[in-house]
Amino acid sequence: MSTLALPTADEEIWRYSRIGELQLDSFKLGKLSTKIDVSSAAKQIVCSTTNIVPRAATDIFEDLNGRHAQLTAITVAKNQVVAEPIVITHSLDESGIVAYSRLVIEANENSEVTVVERFVSSVDTNSLIVPVVDLRAAQSARVTYIAINELGAATWQIGYQQAVGQRDSTMKMFTVALGGDYARMRAEVRLEGQGANAQQVALYFADANQMHDFRTLQDHAAPRTHSNLLFKGAVKDTAKSVYTGLIRIRENATKSEAFQTNRNLTLSNGAWAESVPNLEIETNDVKCSHASTVGPIDEDQRFYLESRGIQPEIAERLVVLGFFDEVLNRLPALPFIAGLRERVSTKLLGAKS
Amino acid sequence: MTTLEIKNLAVSVGSSQILIDVTLTIKSGEVHAVMGPNGAGKSTLSAALMGKPGYVVTGGSVKLDGVDMLALPTWQRATAGLHLIMQYPTEIPGVMLQDAMSAALDARKRDTANLRSLIATEAKRISFDTELVDRAVNVDFSGGEKKRNETVQLAVLQPKIAILDELDSGLDIDALRDCAQRVEDATREMNLGVLVITHYSRLFEQLKPDFVHILTNGRIVKSAGPELADELEVTGYAAYSGK
Repeated sequence: MSTLALPTADEEIWRYSRIGELQLDSFKLGKLSTKIDVSSAAKQIVCSTTNIVPRAATDIFEDLNGRHAQLTAITVAKNQVVAEPIVITHSLDESGIVAYSRLVIEANENSEVTVVERFVSSVDTNSLIVPVVDLRAAQSARVTYIAINELGAATWQIGYQQAVGQRDSTMKMFTVALGGDYARMRAEVRLEGQGANAQQVALYFADANQMHDFRTLQDHAAPRTHSNLLFKGAVKDTAKSVYTGLIRIRENATKSEAFQTNRNLTLSNGAWAESVPNLEIETNDVKCSHASTVGPIDEDQRFYLESRGIQPEIAERLVVLGFFDEVLNRLPALPFIAGLRERVSTKLLGAKS
Repeated sequence: MTTLEIKNLAVSVGSSQILIDVTLTIKSGEVHAVMGPNGAGKSTLSAALMGKPGYVVTGGSVKLDGVDMLALPTWQRATAGLHLIMQYPTEIPGVMLQDAMSAALDARKRDTANLRSLIATEAKRISFDTELVDRAVNVDFSGGEKKRNETVQLAVLQPKIAILDELDSGLDIDALRDCAQRVEDATREMNLGVLVITHYSRLFEQLKPDFVHILTNGRIVKSAGPELADELEVTGYAAYSGK
């Protein structure tokens, strides 16, 4: 139990969300089945016990996660380079369950690691998953984290990622969201050390009655820090998506650069996407930009392809896949990336994902 | 032998009647130039023939070998054999030429096995940088590169009738020569019929018109042989623009 109350959509950070539909009491505490693929060379760096650094939870979900989570901790030693990506797959096939996962990635000085975390549930799993990720990159560490939501169309997700980068560290945070009924992720990066660098990239595609909900923060708390965010989404049928993002440049973060781009395609008349970018800049001598668009496929692009003899639905698929390729091309070359593109393509053709 | 028969075509855009009465018959291997001043309705003609949204046909007919083109959606007009080279080719972010052409050939039930070498051969023929073939269609292309790209697509798709909407606009002399010569060759090699819509006659050096038509104020006001283009070069459109 938590002493914190369930939030409501009146709170700015929950605005447009479907939090009002959630009856947390109706779910009983359950377990995810978790499989970890890690090369034998790196086996010893993964464990299921560590001390979660205590911190005041920002909301009830983080609080409950702190109490109940199944933990995966990855600790990469100073100067250690983990060559093969570590792939964690959580699955859930039981309804009526709330399950908490916690992933802690501790990348020590000048280390390097890539972690993929997949969330999978069957198509009729009516449950709630609450994942939290703590990523800490020490000086000059290089961390790539990829979250893949392949949840079934009845599963809820309310997630939180917090990534903190020290001096000259590089953090790349990728999200691919195709599944879930209501799937929310609050993704925050904080650049605490001079010269720290963060990239946040997401692809999300909702159809039928799905809703994807992203809240991002690029928090610059040291000089010469750099962040670049690219979130691209599409909504089809009566699906919805929300993106709200904040760039915060604190007073001491001079000579920092922060970029934020959110682009959304609305593929059906009944689909809805909201995009709200924000800037909060407390110092001069910084370079910031944000761009956001919401709209249907460009008429001229559609006409151009159709004038070559391409059927309208194929033309639409080419344009949407091209739109998402900007994101997919930035993902590390891993075997399942091609599969993700195929799943986007299948979803465009109207098949159930 | 293919015939494109445009009869008494009338087209409006928004509340304006742009084309009032256009009648033209284009046969395989023939090159017809439609020339006219700015605002005559030249680009409207090409857009309406291809079925661009916003261009409403208010009268007349367009038939390709007897098949009513106006009843077909754009993509079926293209697979039936019409091809439009656009004045301002659209940039399609993320869509590679190879993929677009592959989908276009699929729609025509044509084999795609040799597509890559076919594109390479055609690109080389008009000095189109083959590296651009692996980039998104028209994205960050120069004006010349865009028209070369359009011409490569024409050669790959092998339509029966090509409509060139101001092929020469924004083109340097080299690109113009390469593109116009390729279309001229196509009239012989694949018996392509061509409707050239243009303001100026400079592309006729390579692409020789058999017929020249003057379009002003939404009507074809005069049709003659290639000598009409030479006359226009000297006298301009003023004599034909009166209402």
